[in-house]
Amino acid sequence: MKILGIETSCDDTAAAVVEDGQRILSNIISSQNEFHAKYGGIVPEIASRKHVELILYVIQDAMETAGVDYEQIDAIAVTNRPGLVGSLLIGLSAAKGLAYCHKKALIGVDHLLGHIYANYFEHPDLELPHISLTVSGGHTLIMYVRSRTTYEILGHTVDDAIGEAYDKVAKFLGLGFPGGPLIDTLARTGDPNAIDFPSPLIHADNLNFSFSGLKTAVIRYVNEQRDAGVDLNDADVVASFQKAAVKVLVKKVLNAAEEKSVSTLTLSGGVAANSALRDALIEEARQRDLRVCFPPLLMCTDNGAMIAGVGYHLYQDGVRSSFDLGALPSIPFN
Amino acid sequence: MELHVKMHSYSAEETFEAGRVVAKGLFPGSVVAFRGDLGAGKTCCAQGIAVGLGVKERSQITSPTFTLIQEYQGRLPIYHFDVYRLTCEEEIYDLGYEEYFYGKGVTLVEWAERIEAILPRDCLEITLQIEKDQSRTLRFYSCNEQYRRVLTFMNAEHV
Repeated sequence: MKILGIETSCDDTAAAVVEDGQRILSNIISSQNEFHAKYGGIVPEIASRKHVELILYVIQDAMETAGVDYEQIDAIAVTNRPGLVGSLLIGLSAAKGLAYCHKKALIGVDHLLGHIYANYFEHPDLELPHISLTVSGGHTLIMYVRSRTTYEILGHTVDDAIGEAYDKVAKFLGLGFPGGPLIDTLARTGDPNAIDFPSPLIHADNLNFSFSGLKTAVIRYVNEQRDAGVDLNDADVVASFQKAAVKVLVKKVLNAAEEKSVSTLTLSGGVAANSALRDALIEEARQRDLRVCFPPLLMCTDNGAMIAGVGYHLYQDGVRSSFDLGALPSIPFN
Repeated sequence: MELHVKMHSYSAEETFEAGRVVAKGLFPGSVVAFRGDLGAGKTCCAQGIAVGLGVKERSQITSPTFTLIQEYQGRLPIYHFDVYRLTCEEEIYDLGYEEYFYGKGVTLVEWAERIEAILPRDCLEITLQIEKDQSRTLRFYSCNEQYRRVLTFMNAEHV
């Protein structure tokens, strides 16, 4: 069974064809170099209405790369929540149009389920239930995953997402964008114990995060040192920042595993590529006999394959969306 | 723009509270523009306004830096913008900002200086400045009577 998956919830325009929820026949993302080379021009960082210019090329490319026509497609899965409404609507409208004229089933997919699902491409034997930590520029969520199509949010950021804190600290230090990989690399040469930054909410009796205060603590420290004429070592600053951030992420995800008595953890989202987070999680999990799974790197960020994957399982469960399927901006907090 | 109220905040809680009080006077179609450096408390003050407008869970009002716009439902709809990621003013057009700015809700804009040209002249402007002692100076500006009335609820120094 082949599913066409469409994803436009944030900046990337993406489409993919996936067979039986597992075999990726194509996975096209507008920000990929291959796509640029093929269609030329500059793909803007901020998408929204720009999705309109790209969506049909991306879908066409996904179909051609997979070597399939619409006769061979069984259903069209599309992200309809959460995200920027203007962006979601473009993928959703394209999906509805194609589903209508080719008489295919339409399936609305939760973007967050997609991120979790990315792990299944690498680990098809992933146990359920498990705990998932989704970390990106826009999300910091701990979820209890009951099945491939259901989850419960156990904790989330109350202010800035973790990836956002990385980006803002990097920008403040003049390191560039995106902050995640830059800080991750620079931190390897620094001393993580050089500065004692706070890990907000680490002792709170819940699974929530707060990274705004950590960001402000770093800015404050750097300003104070600069004012005092002290020569700052950026590597020490980012290594200490990263240590404080990773510490609270790892602690809370382990708390969640204990609370729910599960033995498997998954990581997803763009920050899942962060080596300090991966290493710390692997080490802590090893001590506790927990299994940790990561998605392949390309699958950490937004893509259509993860949406097609969830779409396949929803289809198997008998889920069909009607043509009045709407775009929902918010995260479904319980 | 005229300065109407100036106050000092010594904690994130006080900045939040200032926002909560301002919310009392906001009306359909209001636009609140925030200016201030990273970590000055823009999101914190915006959270105060959202809670003041009736959003129940403060923890669900998160930074819209990545998502660009977040919507909440209080006594009025709330459109929380963060234009930090915009690299040029034209990009705001791609977000369909007109439907929000000139709609029936309350629009909150962080990093307003990045979209100077399209910011409505009639708006409430809040600047947050980080002082040497780490306190914040909050200044409230407007150029119209309707917004000036919004600030009458504030127990702070009226200029």
